[in-house]
Amino acid sequence: MNSRIWHITTNTFREAVRDRVLYNLIAFALLMSGAAVLVGQISIGIERLVVINLGLTAVSLFGIVIAIFIGIGLVSKEIDKRTLYTVLSRPVRRWEFIAGKFFGLSGTLVVNTSFMAIGVFAALLYVSPHLQSSDASVLVALYFIVLQFVIITALALFFSSFSSPLLSAVFAFSLFVIGSFAEDLRGFAKLAHGFTHWMATGAAYLVPNFSALNVISQVAHGEPVSSQLVLYNTAYALVYSAAVLAGAVLIFEHRNLK
Amino acid sequence: MAAIEILGLEKTYSVGFWRKRPKCALQPLHLTVEDGEIFGFLGPNGAGKTTTLKMLMGLVFPTGGTARILGMELDDPKMKAQIGFLPEQPYFYDYLTARELLKYYGQLSGLEAKRLSARVDAVLTKVGLKDAADVQLRKFSKGMLQRAGIAQAILHDPKVVFLDEPMSGLDPMGRREVRSLIEEMKSEGKTVFFSTHILSDAEALCDRVAIIHLGELRGVGVVAALTSGVHNSVEVVWQGAAIPSGVKALGAECHLAGDTTRVVIPEEKQEDVLDALRRDGLRLISVTPVRTSLEDYFVAQLAPGKSDVTSGVSS
Repeated sequence: MNSRIWHITTNTFREAVRDRVLYNLIAFALLMSGAAVLVGQISIGIERLVVINLGLTAVSLFGIVIAIFIGIGLVSKEIDKRTLYTVLSRPVRRWEFIAGKFFGLSGTLVVNTSFMAIGVFAALLYVSPHLQSSDASVLVALYFIVLQFVIITALALFFSSFSSPLLSAVFAFSLFVIGSFAEDLRGFAKLAHGFTHWMATGAAYLVPNFSALNVISQVAHGEPVSSQLVLYNTAYALVYSAAVLAGAVLIFEHRNLK
Repeated sequence: MAAIEILGLEKTYSVGFWRKRPKCALQPLHLTVEDGEIFGFLGPNGAGKTTTLKMLMGLVFPTGGTARILGMELDDPKMKAQIGFLPEQPYFYDYLTARELLKYYGQLSGLEAKRLSARVDAVLTKVGLKDAADVQLRKFSKGMLQRAGIAQAILHDPKVVFLDEPMSGLDPMGRREVRSLIEEMKSEGKTVFFSTHILSDAEALCDRVAIIHLGELRGVGVVAALTSGVHNSVEVVWQGAAIPSGVKALGAECHLAGDTTRVVIPEEKQEDVLDALRRDGLRLISVTPVRTSLEDYFVAQLAPGKSDVTSGVSS
């Protein structure tokens, strides 16, 4: 990797790690995994289902909050505080800055997810002392959650490159919510006619398809995840993120840093 | 080769929400800064100093014109490796220590790892931050932040250093420290281009200055040449509060300060005043020619329609 991108990546990671808010959010996520153990006791035989469902949902939700909370300020904060000026006055190209910020936050989220995943597996081992082969699907679900984080990080960075932190948060969170219903939106598009059909189809394919990346329920019920879906989702997340990042770079390259 | 060549650089913004109106932040600017000089870019707030610096750093895109630094284009990474920049009222990554900050900037500037540590230590010592090297920047005072800012600007031993209001907000001790750092840069052969509205600093440091107001260059010249205009006046200071009748007759205003009195008179009246003092037995303390200060020149250039650029006042 370009050394400048690497240094920006490590600095972004260090900034996130030294942000105390991050630890509060991780603690909450771990608490929720622990709470899942208690909730699972409301009925016999559903402990595993509840732990996996609630645990993975906590990992997903808190990770999205971290991705948006940190992602929206990645560029705008550096402009407001003028820290960007001393970076770009050096032989650092603007696209390298965007790439470094993206990899830095993505790396942070991967590490966070790993810690939160330990919490989920700890809760799982508590309710079921012996792991089953179907529990490997939990790792796939976690991988898909990481892919969600990668997309949402790219989106937060995109909005941060031209918008205020508040608006960036609204846009990014809105896209996350709409994207979670992307399959329903595609279904609606198929039923619609004329102009509505084209508008709905365009919107359905433009918003990130978070519903395809959400296999929590499937995994909680012990159903396997096909390797085809893993390949498709990986390619989709990479292509979608790359396209969004290209947009961020295009905007940022032409932005006057007043 | 000139260190900095600004060739008609200009910037106009579009302001307004529905109806965009053009707002000229900088009219076409032509300026050359020679190698090794300390060049002061003076002007009141909102004159266009920071806009000019930002265009040179590639942070803002000019509407017209070009510029070259060390003979290279503004977007050339090789050029950027040879310049340093301190923005106005800098704010750095407050979660980093001074040492971590400089190490980060050194890495971005392409300094080799084995040379970097030694260079960071040397620069921290130079700016007087060696003892605070491992303290997080959020605990730094304003003066310490400014010194950290200068440290990052000179870390990679650049040939040209750009400083935007480097003395802004500093106490007298802080200003003196920054002044001596700038003098040291010059002794190392660096070209220093700094913007300020504190004229005494410019007068003390700069070889040449340019004055800009409302986006327009109003004057350029060697400081000594700009301030050598003699008003043909002299200031006479004597002991005591008494004012001789010969001095009163001139109609000049006398100022009492402590146990001395001073008056500014036309040079041709000097002998008359000295005779008047002798007649009254008053003790003469000093007779000093009155010179134009940079402030006088600065204020004169800010007058509407005034510009010394076409009158050829330059070195």
